[in-house]
Amino acid sequence: MTSDAADPAQAAGVAPAAAPGFLAGLLQRYGTTIEYILIPGAALVGALATFGLFVALFGKNPLDLYFYMYQGAFGTWFSWQNTLTRAAPLILTALCTALPAQLGMVIIGGEGALLIGALSATSVALVMPWAPPLVVQAAMVCAGVIGGGLWITLSGALRQYRGVNETISSLLLVYIGLAVLNHLVEGLMRDPASLNKPSTREIGAANMIGSIPGTDVHWGLVFGLVAALASYILIYHTVFGFSARVAGGNIRAAKIVGLGVNKLILTICFLAGGAAGIAGMIEVAAVQGRTNANLAAGYGFTGILVAFLARHNPLGIIPVAILLGGISASGGLLQRRLGLPDASVLVLQGIIFVFVLASDALYGRISFLKGKS
Amino acid sequence: MADGSIGLWTVPLAVFGGAIRVSTPFLFVSLGECITERSGRINLGLEGTLVMGAMSAYGISYLSGSPWLGVIAAGITGALLGALHAGICSLPRVNDIAVGIALMLFGTGLAFYLGKPLIEPTAARLPAIDFGWWSDVPQVRAALRINVLFLIGIALAPVLYWAFRTTRWGLLIRTAGESSDAARAMGYSVLAIRLRATMIGGFLSGIGGSFLSLFYPGSWNEGLSSGQGITAVALVIFARWDPMLCLWASLAFGGAAALGPALQSVGVTSGYHLFNAAPYILTLAIMIITCSPKRTLTGAPAELSITR
Amino acid sequence: MEFGRISRRHLLQGGAALTLGSAFGAGGARAADTTIGFIYVGSRDDYGYNQAHAQGAAALKKIAGLKVVEEEKVPETDAVEKTIESMINLDGASLLFPTSFGYYNPHMIKMAKKFPKLRFEHCGGLWSDTDPKNAGSYFGYIDEAQYISGIVAGYTSKSGKIGFVAAKPIPQVLRNINAFALGAKLANPKTTTQVIFTGDWSMPVKEAEATNSLIDQGVDVLTCHVDGPKTMVENAARRGAMVCGYHVNQSPLAPKAYLTGAEWNWEALYPKFVKMIAAGEAIPNFYRGGLKEGVVKTSPYGEAVSAEARKHADEIKAKFLSTEGYSIFKGGLMNNKGKTVIAAGTDRGQKDPELEKMDYLVKGVLGATS
Repeated sequence: MTSDAADPAQAAGVAPAAAPGFLAGLLQRYGTTIEYILIPGAALVGALATFGLFVALFGKNPLDLYFYMYQGAFGTWFSWQNTLTRAAPLILTALCTALPAQLGMVIIGGEGALLIGALSATSVALVMPWAPPLVVQAAMVCAGVIGGGLWITLSGALRQYRGVNETISSLLLVYIGLAVLNHLVEGLMRDPASLNKPSTREIGAANMIGSIPGTDVHWGLVFGLVAALASYILIYHTVFGFSARVAGGNIRAAKIVGLGVNKLILTICFLAGGAAGIAGMIEVAAVQGRTNANLAAGYGFTGILVAFLARHNPLGIIPVAILLGGISASGGLLQRRLGLPDASVLVLQGIIFVFVLASDALYGRISFLKGKS
Repeated sequence: MADGSIGLWTVPLAVFGGAIRVSTPFLFVSLGECITERSGRINLGLEGTLVMGAMSAYGISYLSGSPWLGVIAAGITGALLGALHAGICSLPRVNDIAVGIALMLFGTGLAFYLGKPLIEPTAARLPAIDFGWWSDVPQVRAALRINVLFLIGIALAPVLYWAFRTTRWGLLIRTAGESSDAARAMGYSVLAIRLRATMIGGFLSGIGGSFLSLFYPGSWNEGLSSGQGITAVALVIFARWDPMLCLWASLAFGGAAALGPALQSVGVTSGYHLFNAAPYILTLAIMIITCSPKRTLTGAPAELSITR
Repeated sequence: MEFGRISRRHLLQGGAALTLGSAFGAGGARAADTTIGFIYVGSRDDYGYNQAHAQGAAALKKIAGLKVVEEEKVPETDAVEKTIESMINLDGASLLFPTSFGYYNPHMIKMAKKFPKLRFEHCGGLWSDTDPKNAGSYFGYIDEAQYISGIVAGYTSKSGKIGFVAAKPIPQVLRNINAFALGAKLANPKTTTQVIFTGDWSMPVKEAEATNSLIDQGVDVLTCHVDGPKTMVENAARRGAMVCGYHVNQSPLAPKAYLTGAEWNWEALYPKFVKMIAAGEAIPNFYRGGLKEGVVKTSPYGEAVSAEARKHADEIKAKFLSTEGYSIFKGGLMNNKGKTVIAAGTDRGQKDPELEKMDYLVKGVLGATS
């Protein structure tokens, strides 16, 4: 977004004499797009190399490391399914950070919205045992969206009406959400039969949404893909999304042209929380079958990472979520084959994050992409 | 009383004792972050720094037998992580909040990775000073067994308060935080000032971590911090970037952490999950009450990304 | 080039596993080429629950012909299903030990249905008739060891006040608290046991605060039921209180303050399971045992334990080990709200399923279940 217009040569449409031919024309035309693939790609390679060096310090062979990472994440059909299953909730929780980022907000409370979404979805399913599964499932989706949506809207409202920083408030709401969940699961909503693992009652096998036919990957992946696509269309191909991006670029300008900034922020926050809420609903309806403390598995936090790595582009989130799903899928193999501690995954994620952020500085600075070489 | 129990007095005493025992990490992290934020940059990664500090302090204390070497090692580790944060942030177009989140992940991961062999061994702990010699009540004496780091933290708050107002470097940090143009016009490098401020912030947070592993609770494990670093960063905002308010807020947080268990010990047993969340609810409530959409926060550095 | 080397080595590894398998297979065809997968919910060196299981896994590693693969910090989500599948698909595991309570339903059940020819052994004692036959769930009556600890604690406490730092008020935890309290009352009928719930399995600061609060209340002997007892043991010892351990032997952490402790004995049980499989015997789906069966044990007595306490504790231990056995929970037992929970004349033996639903604290325990 920043690089192409900033380059006078490109803006003027002058083909540099030193770069004739087809390739140069290609670079000239798609330089920005290539940049968006090349720079994160280079950052990723740099991060993997650094991590390889890191494990080499502990006497492990980096080539073994890369081999097992590949094998565990993408090496077999099973590994692929493992990766995609792990990617599904990450797409949804990443949207919780990426959507508000269009408005310049940093929301890091996706985990809280996921928990509240799961709790709401479970509650709805438990009060309508008479309904046919499809109705229950639809109601669960709605409840998940509303529960998670309102939770993040609270952060947005606190920012707009009380000036409370949304990053901090959304994070505090994670801890509060978890306490609410534990309190209810061990009290009011506890299934008396869940003896040693306090849980709500089960939503029932009939109401579970199951897996995509022919795979072990649950339907959460499809929900994630649809939500990411819908978000992309919303942000880049609607007036609403355009207003949001204008407001994100400059709040004052948005006010001057008469955009209702409050309404924009609250709506975007609701959608963002709603996405994480669906992730919670999926965890209940496709995996756990009920709500308990197991739902706080950190998907919300990894989602933040996904959103930043994808530069908050809803479509970019999909491959990044698959990549990070793959890293966590391969984590087990690294433990078992190489004897690396479980925290290797965290270290690698941290290194990738640092490299990708640092690579932000490179945009618009790679001279040959500007056709000047 | 005759049987050595102090009955309901346990609650205020536990809150008082908790304020002393639990507050030190909050205090160090919040004072460190205070310096960093005053220079115009926010480092959300101090949770990672705190955990890294705790791990390295424990490791060095275990290997060398000297807990004070551990404290120094924790400080240096923290300063290095601070330098990393400042280094990346000094590149153009890099968002400091995002770098903070990245370093939170990296610091925690690295600490867990390197800390695996340290979970089992017992390292030399920091000594306590007995300030309760005047009392016959053992509970009071126990509450007043205070670590020097706590005293250093308490002393640091007014020193910083004074330094921000009157010293040259205090003024420089504030100038960098209020207007980088002004600092540049005076011939100073804003990036260099922020680098130092972030390193000092990391140094103090690392020391805060050493308190966790070397004094209270006093051993290394992966659940040690449970979000104390991030709470401390939030605390700076509602303490209005004022070191003295950071001190009071840290003490309040320490006391709040002791409230849940203390209430149970005297028979108030319901809703302990909600009591455990008390510090977070308290932070949010105070932020809601004290913030305002109409004006920027008083005391807020104008260059800070979260207040702009 | 390098990848060629790696895959060649894999082939060699695979071949080695086969030969080792046939060597082991001498005992019985069933255990041929056995790879065993262990899954832990936390760190396997936590001085607690997970370490106890890892010690059991380590005992298996010593047996020739067995290959043990381990993965730690696997959350109780579909991640554990994927870990199980990965161990099966990529490592060739045929016997799996998902050791955390929350792995069972729905995760392990799902995997047991998916891989009907493989064996799954879960720790928690959850199996019921409707569950797959290739799934098993074992558990130990560790309350027997807690009862012995309680006796020692009752003799040692001077104030007659004992403290218990617990994670959550769930039946397993309540049963331990009650057994400990009843043991203490056996030693000294006036003893009270004060319990504080921290709310979760691993919360070091809360555990330390709970320990301090209890000692402030006059408690001078403490024990706990959390995942890693290290925090409680160290902090209590620092304040001069005595401690009883849990999960594994924590005496190296506080040699002077450590009285005894309730320990798991997985390093005896797991080799036993493997030998049963090798001999072609079926492991019962619902496997339970206490001191007598060697599933749990008590730590050796610390120096602070009096001769009187040792004698009484050893006496009761002998009864647990005898063929008649010994019942901890028998009538008339009152809860701490004054209601009779086991009528006079009723003897709830260890295997009584009623005990698995325990939702009360017995008379003499200060605290509440909600």
